[in-house]
Amino acid sequence: MLSVSKEYIRTLAKKGLRSDKRKMDEYRQPVSVEYGVSSKSAEGSAKVTIGDTVVVAGVKTEVGTPYPDRPNEGTIMVNVELLPMSSPEFESGPPSIEAIELARVVDRGIRESHAIDFKKLCLKEGELVWTLMIDIYPLNASGNLFDACALAALAALKDAKFPKLEDDVINYKERTDNPIPLEFLPVSCTVHKIGGKFFVDPTSDEEKATDARLTTAFTDKAEICAMQKGGDEPLTEKEISEIIDLAEKKTQELRKKL
Amino acid sequence: MSYKREDRKESELRPMKAKVGVVKNAVGSAMFQIGKTIAMAAVYGPRELHPRFMQKPDTGILRCHYNMMAFSGSGDRVRPGPSRRSKEIGLVTTKALEPALDLREFPKTVVDVFIELLQTDAGTRCAGICAASMALADAGLNMKDLVCAVSGGVVGDTPVADLDYNEEAYEGGSVDIPVAVMPRTGKVTLLQLDGTVSKEKFKEALKLAKEGCNQIYDVQKKALKGKYKEE
Repeated sequence: MLSVSKEYIRTLAKKGLRSDKRKMDEYRQPVSVEYGVSSKSAEGSAKVTIGDTVVVAGVKTEVGTPYPDRPNEGTIMVNVELLPMSSPEFESGPPSIEAIELARVVDRGIRESHAIDFKKLCLKEGELVWTLMIDIYPLNASGNLFDACALAALAALKDAKFPKLEDDVINYKERTDNPIPLEFLPVSCTVHKIGGKFFVDPTSDEEKATDARLTTAFTDKAEICAMQKGGDEPLTEKEISEIIDLAEKKTQELRKKL
Repeated sequence: MSYKREDRKESELRPMKAKVGVVKNAVGSAMFQIGKTIAMAAVYGPRELHPRFMQKPDTGILRCHYNMMAFSGSGDRVRPGPSRRSKEIGLVTTKALEPALDLREFPKTVVDVFIELLQTDAGTRCAGICAASMALADAGLNMKDLVCAVSGGVVGDTPVADLDYNEEAYEGGSVDIPVAVMPRTGKVTLLQLDGTVSKEKFKEALKLAKEGCNQIYDVQKKALKGKYKEE
């Protein structure tokens, strides 16, 4: 990206303006969720659109042995693949560090919120538990993959129904009516800082120009359940609390889309 | 073993949907759905090719990549990353599309086509080729024709077009023959066969596949024109 474009974004931001005329705390339109985009093959699936950014997520259920230190709990696994289809900047190959960070932040938002009762994923203590494999793919990456991926994962989980289990073996052809035991939806919002100002839902260019970002996931009771700071610049305590307030407000809007 | 289709005629393809311009960042893109199989394709390029020894001084080259999303399989989760199967399909897809494409205007470059399967119910490589060919046209590259692809086959001893997953797995035996055609000349650019079949039955199945390709041709053209009607 040209340094002059970065400077332009920075100059605008200092005046509280953005190159696409949005307000600093405004998401792109549309913000939409479509369920069951891969309903034949995935137990749960969804497509999330935020402006030009499009992300799909799918849930496959597997059965396996539990971790020895948690014999009565199932688990989840989150994987993000930055498809070269979705941006000229992404290349094939092993997962990049960006993809790994994305997946880990989405994973933590779900896992640490205890939105899924892992004990309910236990089939036989110490022997057999459900594992929920959540795979997330951007189809068009135009900024703010953090919020889009997190939202897509939640939507896919909400859409999912367990397959039938026959003698501890999954029959993928038959699906039950049992949903994933989701207590609530832990929605997250990423706030970016540039030139002392805060804004949400960056475009790809804005993302490259920012000084710092903070992703915060909230439970339905507005408790914080996961955080991740990124970017080069440090944040003060005051800034952090401002960011949290903004993120909480925006997650309430996002939650309505699910 | 005799086999009779219940929901459609032997020569009938599953319902199709097609759309171009589905990936904004790409130079060209398309979605092609046949039955429950959904393929998307995005074109990037012509762009500089690395490593340089692969560059061709007189023309650009085409490179197709095929990938099934982890949740797109009929059974277990598909492990992410390239497999021997996906690499081979990428290769035969490239070979199926190359004859229709003219990249002499862009020497030393590469055109990358990324094909992703969102949901699968057999016929994925053919759906991928259909989507890819539309995406290349959407990218505005010089083409002699579109490329259309569908499976012909023999289920039990009945020749059919466009096998679905249950037919491919038919216990009375089945033969799967993926075929790609450039409809204007009728020339075949992809031909594979899995199973055992008599010469006569093979010819019948090939004929059904080629007829199917002509139907796909109409769907593709309509989708490409549709993009400009909307705007």
